[in-house]
Amino acid sequence: MSSHSSLAQHPGKVSGWRLFLKTVLARAYPRVIGQQREKSWMFFDIVLPLGGVIAYVLVYKAIGAPAEYVGFVVMGGAMTAFWMNVLWSMSSQLYWEKEQGNLALYIMSPNSMMAVLLGMALGGMVATLLRAIAIVLLGSLMFQVQYIVTSFFQLLAVFTLAMAALYGMGMMTASLFLLLSREAWHLSNLAQEPIYLATGFYFPIKSLPFWVALGASIIPLTLGMDAMRQLVFPSGFKIGFLSVGVEISVLMALCVAFLVGAKLLLAHMEKLAIREGRLTESRR
Amino acid sequence: MAVATRNPHLAPRHSSLATGYSEGWRSFRIATWLGWQIESNWADPFLFAIYSIIKPLSGAAILVVMYGIIAKGNFSNPLFPYIYLGNAFYIYAGSMMTGVSWAVIDDREHYKTLKYMYIAPIRIPVYLLGRGVARFITGSFSVIITVLGGVLFLHLPFDVTTANWPLFFISLFIGVIMLAMMGLLLGSVSLLLVHHVGFIGDAVAGALYIFSGAIFPLDVLPAWLRPIGFIMPITYWLELVRRSLIGNVAQAFPTLSGFSNGQLLGILVGLSLLFGIVSIIAFRYCDRIARERGLIDRTSNY
Repeated sequence: MSSHSSLAQHPGKVSGWRLFLKTVLARAYPRVIGQQREKSWMFFDIVLPLGGVIAYVLVYKAIGAPAEYVGFVVMGGAMTAFWMNVLWSMSSQLYWEKEQGNLALYIMSPNSMMAVLLGMALGGMVATLLRAIAIVLLGSLMFQVQYIVTSFFQLLAVFTLAMAALYGMGMMTASLFLLLSREAWHLSNLAQEPIYLATGFYFPIKSLPFWVALGASIIPLTLGMDAMRQLVFPSGFKIGFLSVGVEISVLMALCVAFLVGAKLLLAHMEKLAIREGRLTESRR
Repeated sequence: MAVATRNPHLAPRHSSLATGYSEGWRSFRIATWLGWQIESNWADPFLFAIYSIIKPLSGAAILVVMYGIIAKGNFSNPLFPYIYLGNAFYIYAGSMMTGVSWAVIDDREHYKTLKYMYIAPIRIPVYLLGRGVARFITGSFSVIITVLGGVLFLHLPFDVTTANWPLFFISLFIGVIMLAMMGLLLGSVSLLLVHHVGFIGDAVAGALYIFSGAIFPLDVLPAWLRPIGFIMPITYWLELVRRSLIGNVAQAFPTLSGFSNGQLLGILVGLSLLFGIVSIIAFRYCDRIARERGLIDRTSNY
């Protein structure tokens, strides 16, 4: 009895950065573990992008494209897994949470929403990485894609920065989605093909007019993929939009901008959503 | 009364047939209206129109850019109209298959109304087909705008005066019914599956995009995969649509060049009937299993 009372008095509460960290890990956990438990999700997450990859590779083959274009498509296909994850499991996540009644619980719990979003990002990134690796492996084996990495360090830097910026962007847009209802689904749905086009998922971004490519660079995957293509394909340097060094610098700036933006926008949108009573609304 | 006594089944049978027809039509009409509201009323009409055409136009633009890079802007090669028109009309495949099958998931998991539909005096398969009509309408806008964009800006060799319109409209009519029945088949399977297989329409449409020769001739596929394309009615439907609109350009590819238009039409009708019958049988089977297992009102949106 005394030990029970003692436990009740000292329930092992954490606060400050420990609470922040625990929240991040707690939110990341279902993303990593839960998504592996549901095997059909894994199947669809890999097969859908792979289907796109196969279709576009065969189009290139039909029109007699050089072999490295097949590699561009395989890489683009793998990166679509990250874009889909950011779109459906980051940006629109708070809309789903609202639909299921969890959003109010998040808001009223004594922890940081930023930590919740960061946990979602971290978990989503790890889970999606496994799928992206599967797509690259399967696509490369199927179409005998050859890679020659010119700098592993730069490749790692580009990938890490692109992911940090991309998920930072996801965190930022998630706060915008706080205000949305049924239209959130449609907006996410809309942000697929147009983004595949603008960011050059299946072709070098340099092929687009300069200002279009520059505008599309606001989406971190644009420069991330362009730099990675330059670093892993023998003729990659010929199709580069900007030099790898410049692209790394821009990605760093995007990282900072999106993460700071996420923090500021989340605080603002949360207040706005509370004031307008949109946290629990469900306009179906 | 005397007549009814002498032939007791006559009047009820007529009445039941008329009731069934009227019930089916009502189900279809109301489902169409409901589907349209669900699809469109989240935004004002202008925004919705933009939303409806941006996605397919972007999909087409990806292929145009890919082709343009490799062909260095030479859009006069017959392969370009083959790819462009195949992709444009394939919009119907995605719209119809997803539209009909997604209605099951949407009603059951999101709106939680599928159980009410089941107890209402409507025909569920007809209701599901009606729900797909909204996507057919938006799909039609997209197809028209995509084709128009190709003609105006990419010199698509399409001539209104030489197009074979009767063949086009017959093919389109059969094709749309065939796609709706394939959607019903997927919808039937969705009755037994959990929420996240809402992707099933997209997944099947994505797979058939590869196997139906929509954006490249079937000869590009490895020989052992081509038979999948040959048993799919979409392959023949797209070929007929291409032939009816751009005639000799479409016939430049060897895959189906050995078949006349009449033969292709015959194959399309035959395969469509086959898929239609399979869809009806599948619906009856899945519907019975779903009722037995109590799946009509489950929610699995975890």
